[in-house]
Amino acid sequence: MSSLTGILTPAGGTQVVYRVNPVAKLLAAMVLSVALVLSIDWVSAGVALLLEVPLFFFAGLAPRRFFWRTLPVLIAAPLSAITIVLYGRPSGASYAEFFFIHITDGSIELAIATLLRVLAIGLPAVVLFVTVDPTDLADGLAQVLRLPSRFVLGGLGGLRLVGLFLEDWRSLELARRARGVADRGRLRRFMGQAFALLVLSIRRGSKLATAMEARGFGAPVRRSWARPSRLAARDAVLILIAVLISAVAVAASVLSGYWNFIFSG
Amino acid sequence: MIADRSVGAASVSAEGWGWRYSGRSAWAVRGLELRVRPGERVLLLGSSGAGKSTLLHGLGGVLGGDDDGEQAGGLLIDGVPAAQARGRAGLLLQDPDAQVILARVGDDAAFGPENLGLPRDEIWRRVGEALEAVGLGLPLQHPTSALSGGQKQRLALAGVLAMHPGLLLLDEPTASLDPDGVAGVRAAVERVLERTGATLIVVEHRVEVWRDLVERVIVLDPGGGVLADGPVDAVLREQGAALAEAGVWVPEHPPERPVRIRRPSPTGSAPLLRTEGLAIARTSDAVLARDLALAVCEGGMLAVTGPNGSGKTTLGLTLGGLLPPASGLVDASALAGGLPPAPHEWRSRELLTRIGTVFQDPEHQFIAATVWDELAVGARALGLGDGEVRQRVEPLLERLRLAPLAKANPFTLSGGEKRRLSVATALVTRPRVLVLDEPTFGQDSRTWRELLAFLAELLDEGSGIVAVTHDRHLVAALADEEFVLDGGRAASHASGVRG
Repeated sequence: MSSLTGILTPAGGTQVVYRVNPVAKLLAAMVLSVALVLSIDWVSAGVALLLEVPLFFFAGLAPRRFFWRTLPVLIAAPLSAITIVLYGRPSGASYAEFFFIHITDGSIELAIATLLRVLAIGLPAVVLFVTVDPTDLADGLAQVLRLPSRFVLGGLGGLRLVGLFLEDWRSLELARRARGVADRGRLRRFMGQAFALLVLSIRRGSKLATAMEARGFGAPVRRSWARPSRLAARDAVLILIAVLISAVAVAASVLSGYWNFIFSG
Repeated sequence: MIADRSVGAASVSAEGWGWRYSGRSAWAVRGLELRVRPGERVLLLGSSGAGKSTLLHGLGGVLGGDDDGEQAGGLLIDGVPAAQARGRAGLLLQDPDAQVILARVGDDAAFGPENLGLPRDEIWRRVGEALEAVGLGLPLQHPTSALSGGQKQRLALAGVLAMHPGLLLLDEPTASLDPDGVAGVRAAVERVLERTGATLIVVEHRVEVWRDLVERVIVLDPGGGVLADGPVDAVLREQGAALAEAGVWVPEHPPERPVRIRRPSPTGSAPLLRTEGLAIARTSDAVLARDLALAVCEGGMLAVTGPNGSGKTTLGLTLGGLLPPASGLVDASALAGGLPPAPHEWRSRELLTRIGTVFQDPEHQFIAATVWDELAVGARALGLGDGEVRQRVEPLLERLRLAPLAKANPFTLSGGEKRRLSVATALVTRPRVLVLDEPTFGQDSRTWRELLAFLAELLDEGSGIVAVTHDRHLVAALADEEFVLDGGRAASHASGVRG
């Protein structure tokens, strides 16, 4: 509960990372992801990860918080690697074979590349977004990237309802126990409960829309913004860092001959 | 001070105005002729379904366009059609949760002025002014999720106020607030009107809240048009009885209190339900109150009262066997009949004949497509045959005036109907203890009277009732004991609170 409502009010901090425009964080994460999904080799991902690690110390997160927030990535990375070791495309020397499981040199190399890649893309993405305030992101999307304000603010307003949905879900669950129908038919009950939540959320959504309209949202005048959002030097620096890391990683991979462009088969 | 407001108080006129929501055959409002002078303060009354909210939404410009309904005649603010007068009217709605738009207090109040396209300096100047006017002395960064219902409502008022409306429209702004919240919102509105001189139109079931603030009452006729219009006292003298009958809370015509035939005998039999050293928590890590000792007797009502956030609802859920105690025990051995004494260890079906729980929000409890099936759910879960299910459902439908709605979808009922249905769903399995969470919240006086009469009957038949409530009238009318939860501190007890 607290972790989910935490989406809306991320911890503040004094480090420079908290003052970076969320749009810059978004762009930096995108640059890294795009560069690293173009090839599946261990060199580009490994180099990127090596260059990223020292920067995590400036991410504005205490070690404990860093660990908990990135835990999903830390779990997902080895899991996907194990899957690839066992089921990845076989090539080179074979070590073990059992039904569909086939461990080979090729599948091991592919697994390492995958492990590094998930970390090199996932860790910076999580770390950058933990410190993003949704309101600031919305301001940035509308003012810097010029996305339509109707769309951006509608989304932002909807996000606030997430906390209410969680409470609704819990009440729905307890209410079903009180109604005497919580002993059997788990799947059916779940579906019914999900439908009830849908009904409640549509209602909440339309109430919110009315409340927003009542405050002049959607009026035919050009909207102004109470909080300015623009890109500053520090934002350019972050994007530049992402570009440099990507460039070095790709260059190292190409020069060492490990680069395998995914679209060339 | 809001000194340099760009425009003054607004005038309102309805010229044969009507509105019909799309998909409905009946007009919500029709043939309305009305004139309100700038700066007038008007209380708008009428039975439910008379179109009060529709009129307010129309003035607020949020009824929508041709897709949403059909309009007749004209509805004007300062001579301009209301739909085009955005920003001239500020509309405050009933549900505090639905009106918070952004995550921080300052940003939320700034939302309206932003939409009006005001310059940045002007926005923040107005935000500061508006928050001060409604008495919300909080930092601009304060998270809106941490506000109480009353604070949320005052924030919404500030958000409206920052738009400098010449017409303030309040749609039952205090209906879902506790007494402190009501007083806070009332005071904020009064201060705002003193400063801005804006025109006020307020819809509210409880006349006493606004009586001293308004100078004129308009009663809408459910058949269309205006039923009565004039100074507060005169209109209430003429129409008070009829309004009270229609569900309006008129101080001179309080709803009839139910008559209890039997009194519980606390010394006689063992309590149906009792607790010892009970600590309650919604989730296992956050204990809301501890060392609670209380008892529910046969034929007795225990009222659980206390401020918001003190854990009243959680206590109700724990007594109802829906949440486990954080520590201590809930002992229902008098009801158990072979089951373990702690109700949270019972199966869902085993609760049905022992403890029924009615949630604050009826919609959380609805699981069937029709009113009839909704009532049948519990009876069927007990494994009763079709004939017996019918024997239980039909008398309840009649008794709670739900029979004409038997085929309707529960979600489409009015607030009062939903409340009656949710109580009936718990009663169909004849539990010996009934736990009710805010059963009278937001109800009109007619539903209140019917509900209390029904509860009095149950008490006379020997049921034990726990009522979690803010409603002093309910406590005075029915409670045999009051248990006050006071923000985690020691709870106090008062016996014989019935007046």
